[in-house]
Amino acid sequence: MSSTYLAAEGEGFVSPGPGTFVYPPLFGEGTFFTKPMLITVLGTIAIGLFFYLAARRAAMVPSKTQYIGESAYGFVRNSIALDAIGKQGLKYVPYLATTFFFLAVLNIAGIIPVLQFPATSRIALPLFLAVITCLIFNAIGIKKHGLFGYFKDLMFPPGIPWPVYILLAPIEFVSTIIIRPLTLTLRLTFNMFAGHLVLVLFILGGEYLVFEYGGVVGVAAGSVALFGSLVLTAFEGFVQLLQAYVFTLLSALYIGGALADEH
Amino acid sequence: MLEGNVNMVGYGLAAIGPGIGIGLIFAAYISGVARQPEARGVLQSIAILGFALAEALAIIGIGLAFAL
Repeated sequence: MSSTYLAAEGEGFVSPGPGTFVYPPLFGEGTFFTKPMLITVLGTIAIGLFFYLAARRAAMVPSKTQYIGESAYGFVRNSIALDAIGKQGLKYVPYLATTFFFLAVLNIAGIIPVLQFPATSRIALPLFLAVITCLIFNAIGIKKHGLFGYFKDLMFPPGIPWPVYILLAPIEFVSTIIIRPLTLTLRLTFNMFAGHLVLVLFILGGEYLVFEYGGVVGVAAGSVALFGSLVLTAFEGFVQLLQAYVFTLLSALYIGGALADEH
Repeated sequence: MLEGNVNMVGYGLAAIGPGIGIGLIFAAYISGVARQPEARGVLQSIAILGFALAEALAIIGIGLAFAL
């Protein structure tokens, strides 16, 4: 796919492509600060500020902000850490909660007016988080079972006839070290990528049909498309929260797997 | 006159498998909850986990459709 925005001078509708995701620097040529970076910074500040305000005056009878903050944190603690890892997972709640809220806010930026770009659809962010997760669960496993024991548990699960290990050991090794962070990255990135692309397509296409194509047919079809973009925005918000949850849940499961005694 | 990229047709074909898989996962989840409503909490995270794993295939498909 070429970035089709370049051919915009001809007549006819030009559908949005991957070029939609390339932003020029905000402060003119030669600077490096782009809109996705701005969203990342704003999102980080927003999360930090919110949890600071929520935890600042912690009281037995919580204020509204404290209540919201505590239930959000409690959601990660109870339905991700406790469910996926168990009691010993409580140690890892800070990492899981940070990941969850960071991703949720950056994803949700995709449907917030004015921002309207999920910063996580640029691959660098999910890749970095997935690599951190990979390092953490491997480090936990090595710390718990020792370097040799961890890889022995990983590559040679007991109760299998020995010739199978010739196939199983390399597959398990590659799947844990490479495939896990890779799928974490790709799942998040391309969910956001595809969702944003569909929204852009519906809005630009509807606008083109109503204002440029014109006529009864154009206005009718364009209105349907624009209405559809509203519905899709709501759906996209759901997907964005779900993907943040899935990323965190999978991180927790990987940590739980590294902590488990037997595979 | 149609213009476009055959990659997208390939992606459409590649999405059939994960589509069926996700359908089966949620069908099993729904019938599980229908039989035993109190197991909803346990089943929900398992269903979402299965959904995420099956969806990864479709997502890799769309990634390759744009990259290749």
